[in-house]
Amino acid sequence: MIVRLQAEDFEPEREAQALDVRGAGARVSFVGIVRDAAENRRIEALDIEHYPEMTRAELTRIGAAAQARHHLLEVLIIHRYGRLLCHERIVLVTVWSAHRAEAFAGCQTIVDALKTRAPFWKKEISPEGAVWVPGQTPQDLG
Amino acid sequence: MITVRCFAQIREILGCDTRELLPAHTPQCAADLLKVIAGARTADLPKPLLVAINCEHASLTSPVKDGDEVAFFPPVSGG
Repeated sequence: MIVRLQAEDFEPEREAQALDVRGAGARVSFVGIVRDAAENRRIEALDIEHYPEMTRAELTRIGAAAQARHHLLEVLIIHRYGRLLCHERIVLVTVWSAHRAEAFAGCQTIVDALKTRAPFWKKEISPEGAVWVPGQTPQDLG
Repeated sequence: MITVRCFAQIREILGCDTRELLPAHTPQCAADLLKVIAGARTADLPKPLLVAINCEHASLTSPVKDGDEVAFFPPVSGG
């Protein structure tokens, strides 16, 4: 499994092509991008704060759990932090498996877990000011 | 020592990102540390408040001990 946290952008296809995964018959990628509007407000940028030590540990736990549950052959997670302008890439999740069903399910599992477990916080920057994006709570914590 | 870290709105409201606290002589939970660093401003903090101990999700009632790193933060929004 590869987990990377970085301020700089990434090129999704090049990142995925860089890994030669034996036995893989399917590769599914998800790319999250900064939206340009929220609740009728124009979004200019997103400030992403995180808890570096925990983020790395949590992304590794999320990836390992999905790998075991969906029989994934390889998992790649790249998540950016800092100030990102609208339409910029935020996150890449790419998974490899023998067949497509596991790859689709595994990728979705990881992306869903990022939303509720990974310690990132987003502040939307718009012409009206800056607003924290409401977050989510891990389900097992209520 | 116990290291306490705050993130996002919690950091902004308390004006504090990291503090070192001496462990108490009696058993402590995460909520006890929050009372120390937030004091009267505890009521100003957004709810729910999440807790991590040594980089794993925990709760306000989780016990803490000397050497732990305890973090307080609002609900998360990765991805």
